[in-house]
Amino acid sequence: MAERPQLIKLEDVSKQYDGAEVLSDINLYIRKNEFVTLLGPSGCGKTTTLRIIGGFEHPTTGRVLFDGQDITGLPPYKRRVNTVFQKYALFPHLNVFENIAFGLKVAKRPKDEIKARVEKLLTLVNLKEYGRRSVESLSGGQQQRIAIARALVNEPEVLLLDEPLGALDLKLRQEMQLELKRMQQRLGITFIYVTHDQEEALTMSDIIVVMREGYIQQIGTPKDVYDEPKSAFVANFVGESNIIRGTMLKDFLVSFCGAEFQCVDKGFGRNVPVDVLIRPEDLQVVEEGQGMLKGTVRSVLFKGVHYEMIIDTGEFSFKVHATTMQPEGAGVGLSVIPFNIHIMRPMPVELVEEEEAGE
Amino acid sequence: MISMRFPPWAIGAMILGLAGFAVMVAANVRQNRGVKRSLFAYPYSLWMVVFTIIPLLLIAYYAFTDRSGQFTLENFRTFWDSNHEMNKQLAELGFDPAALGGARGTVNVDTLVYSLWMAFLCTVICLFLGYPAALFMADRQFRLGATLVILFIIPMWMNFLLRTIAWMSLLEDNGLINSILTALGLPRMQLMYNSQAVLLGMVYNYLPFMVFPVYNALSKQDYRLSEAAMDLGASPILTFWRVTMPLSLPGVISGITMVFMPSVTTFFIPRVLGGGNTEMFGDLIERTFLSADNWNVGSALSLIMMVLILMSLTLLRKVDPEGEGGSTI
Ligand SMILES: Nc1ncnc2c1ncn2[C@@H]1O[C@H](COP(=O)(O)OP(=O)(O)O)[C@@H](O)[C@H]1O
Ligand SMILES: [Mg+2]
Repeated sequence: MAERPQLIKLEDVSKQYDGAEVLSDINLYIRKNEFVTLLGPSGCGKTTTLRIIGGFEHPTTGRVLFDGQDITGLPPYKRRVNTVFQKYALFPHLNVFENIAFGLKVAKRPKDEIKARVEKLLTLVNLKEYGRRSVESLSGGQQQRIAIARALVNEPEVLLLDEPLGALDLKLRQEMQLELKRMQQRLGITFIYVTHDQEEALTMSDIIVVMREGYIQQIGTPKDVYDEPKSAFVANFVGESNIIRGTMLKDFLVSFCGAEFQCVDKGFGRNVPVDVLIRPEDLQVVEEGQGMLKGTVRSVLFKGVHYEMIIDTGEFSFKVHATTMQPEGAGVGLSVIPFNIHIMRPMPVELVEEEEAGE
Repeated sequence: MISMRFPPWAIGAMILGLAGFAVMVAANVRQNRGVKRSLFAYPYSLWMVVFTIIPLLLIAYYAFTDRSGQFTLENFRTFWDSNHEMNKQLAELGFDPAALGGARGTVNVDTLVYSLWMAFLCTVICLFLGYPAALFMADRQFRLGATLVILFIIPMWMNFLLRTIAWMSLLEDNGLINSILTALGLPRMQLMYNSQAVLLGMVYNYLPFMVFPVYNALSKQDYRLSEAAMDLGASPILTFWRVTMPLSLPGVISGITMVFMPSVTTFFIPRVLGGGNTEMFGDLIERTFLSADNWNVGSALSLIMMVLILMSLTLLRKVDPEGEGGSTI
């Protein structure tokens, strides 16, 4: 893929509210036509980051660049960026048509142009016959589409979406995910998308920015973030995981749970403590006596596509996903191939404690 | 004073009214089994009957009878017949049509027109002063907003008569303002005993009734709506005209109602700050009752006033079909 130009850049951005720092050290660039997702638990600063890009908040320090120009002080109505708000924020005193037309009306576009463009957008979001309806008479999914159409009317270069599907039920949410992704590709607009739903982020994004307590934890493609998480936090937040404290004996050799394992990571040094990540689907349940680890099945849950078993080896309780089950109490062996053992630098102690307290 | 002997038909009407209420309550209990909720409404309804419905019936009774309790329309004649004995009495009490800017008809009509005009002016001024104040108070960025709210509430804890009299000591010939003027070597000014002073007193007293409904409407407004407007390219001024202001209209209509109604029926303020030169319809009713001791004509005047207020409310409700404004009364 050819390198696309950087459209938006946040440089050393931080934000304080009454002395409390809610964003720290945010450095981030977003390329043209990318679908970038800010992912993180509630309260980690996703909305604040989006509001800084939209111009509704000013960073305490740092700069925001758009197309290379500093727009840090530019008010929202002068930015070529539009927002789909968290709870839609449709104008209750205007009907569907007028809501979508708002951006064109304030730009004083001629009447017939307004009409043509609004109708085109109504068609785009599949609500052709709804122009005269009041927005309050629409369902959540329909309001959602109106909010998107309204934000697209000014043909922005960047669309900011703050948990746009958060209020919809699962099925509708999955439909809308696909629809949004298609729309983004068809219109060729840069999307900056906020969600706390890791599955949504993995499905839709070109780039995921994982955030935590005001800091960026990792920036990467969905595959990077899932397969090569940089920290236990990212591993835990994106997908399910077993994270075991271990020791990196030397390059390509790690020890945990009282056994030594071949792995594919290197460059950590000799005999250093590390965090070892194994995804539940990467563990194989084998007959007792085989495999590298020996354990007992503590619980079995049927999850639809797979079974989720908790297998206790004495040192660690592994979460395992498998398509066949073993009964509770059965003794089993566990094996994992070197490629599926991911080594990460350990989390600072205070974060580990928090993590455990949060469980 | 007034005889409290009612003719049988009037007593009959009142008993009928109470009985009707009882039936209504009973039917209500039976209909929606939510006895608990409606139970709470009964003391309130009883209050309504005792302090609103019965007084209204009494006013109607007096308005349509003469001193001996006979049915008559005579009391309403004061309104258009300047030879009515009551109008002569009022003239003797100092109600001078000429003082109100020319005689159009009877003292009653002139006073009423003058009162409506004053109430209109007061409402307009309150709107133009109150709306920006409410806007500041509701502004999320403006940290003094909460303080401003309190500053508006505190004077309301004081009695309305006291507040009005306090203005006297400011505006009097030897009052604070004139003392300052004299101390600066400037000539004294006649600040009281004119309709401007009355208007000032009215605006001062009724301004909070405009500010609070508007403030309420503005602060309830989702700030994301104005952010959405700005996001779509509207400057702050356009955002105000196209989003903030239209969405605050129910509050504005509520405010207009709450200022206009007491304004039309203002009394006492004109007597204190206007020095009795330009009394308003409320004073006139009060004097008809108390000074002229004519409850029948007084009631007729009150009824006319009430009908006028009801008419203006209906009109306002047409402007605001959702009815949020009208529902506050
Ligand atoms: N206007 C504000 N004043 C004070 N604190 C705020 C304000 N807005 C957000 N915060 C705080 O900033 C942190 C990040 O908030 P936010 O960006 O909304 O998180 P997210 O969208 O990731 O859930 C939270 O702790 C929140 O309480
Ligand atoms: Mg948020």
